[in-house]
Amino acid sequence: MINYSLEAQQLNKSFGRRLIFNDLNFKFDKPGVFGISGPNGSGKSTLVKIIAGIISASKGKVIHLLNGKALAEENLHNHIGFVSPYLVLYEEFSTLENLKIFADVRGTEFNKDRVDYLLNKFLLFKRKDDLLKTYSSGMKQRVKFIFALMHFPQLLVLDEPTSNLDEEGKSSVYEIVKEEAKTNIVIIASNERNDLELCNEIVLLEKYKN
Amino acid sequence: MNSKSYSLFLKDLKSELRTRYAINALAMFIIVAISVIMFSVGQEKISPGLTGGLFWVVIFFTAMSGLSRAFVSEEERGTTLALQLVASPTTVFSGKLIFNIILVFAMNTVIAVLYSALFNEFIIRNFLLFLTSFVFGNIGLAISSTIIAAIIAKAGAKGTLYPVLSFPILLPLILASVQLTLFAIDGISFESAKFELAIVVSYDVIMLTASYMLFDFIWKE
Repeated sequence: MINYSLEAQQLNKSFGRRLIFNDLNFKFDKPGVFGISGPNGSGKSTLVKIIAGIISASKGKVIHLLNGKALAEENLHNHIGFVSPYLVLYEEFSTLENLKIFADVRGTEFNKDRVDYLLNKFLLFKRKDDLLKTYSSGMKQRVKFIFALMHFPQLLVLDEPTSNLDEEGKSSVYEIVKEEAKTNIVIIASNERNDLELCNEIVLLEKYKN
Repeated sequence: MNSKSYSLFLKDLKSELRTRYAINALAMFIIVAISVIMFSVGQEKISPGLTGGLFWVVIFFTAMSGLSRAFVSEEERGTTLALQLVASPTTVFSGKLIFNIILVFAMNTVIAVLYSALFNEFIIRNFLLFLTSFVFGNIGLAISSTIIAAIIAKAGAKGTLYPVLSFPILLPLILASVQLTLFAIDGISFESAKFELAIVVSYDVIMLTASYMLFDFIWKE
């Protein structure tokens, strides 16, 4: 079994003089759902971006361990799945084309069975050959989940995962989160009560403002 | 350069063929720039040296009109994050560089062919020297344009910043390339153009090394 763990050590992030959070420490070392919560502007999205290696912390670090070995930053993308409202996929390509492109650029094999399973799960199988620009915002949000899950990531980072989704879409997301949390680490950054109810542990960002 | 970078290049090529973001801008600029030069020259006889200089002026400004798309289009469409989530900075830079090299070669070949057909004074006497300077000049132009595009992609006034930042960085390359083109027009031997050729090749090596070293910091906020 793959053993993935994540540890934040004395994280600090500031934008200019504005402190977002300070001295943030946590460790997620077993499969489960972990929440990040806080009021608007508390730095939820900033923190998930730091965890995913997209932006740097001002001080401190996030250590990703795979079977006890630290992962190099340039290889993180093969182990992380990321969904957020500000993630945009290529609108001039269809869902299937997008997923094939991302598998090729990531350097992983395009797993047709996995993609078909996810397309069915998120009710997009019939529309898989349509260009993304013809999709509604809710459908685009579902494609992002397929994009995040297609390569079997050990860490799933979900920033406001249910935004733009209808009840059917939200149910699919909750099912997937519960399924993934059996073997992998799932991080949810949200203020939605239903999203946070899934979490085993929650990091409250308003505690780290000083 | 590996298969991941090549896949990114193929993605950009396919995207370009569907959106025509850069090709249309480049084609229009080439036609307009060469037409303006033709109209302003009229029936006047211009020196071969001047045609060589104007040739690189057209190349420089055409590059400024389209080569920034490599990163600017990703930033404007908001797809940068998707790329950051699937590829390492080296893969991204290599993929974008391959695309810009192909684009620069295609664009400058069209300019060279049109120039030769429309300007009687543009006669190349040492074709091998011209070809060598053309190849290394284009590679240098593509490398610089790609890294500058990455730098300005996150800035506000991209359209203005791109040529302003490009001019001092590309100046050594353009000056040496203009000189080499003049040598090729005059039929000067390869041996006599060694110094200028060394400048262009060194420029390419330095820019390529610096770009790969810098890109990690540019790509990650």
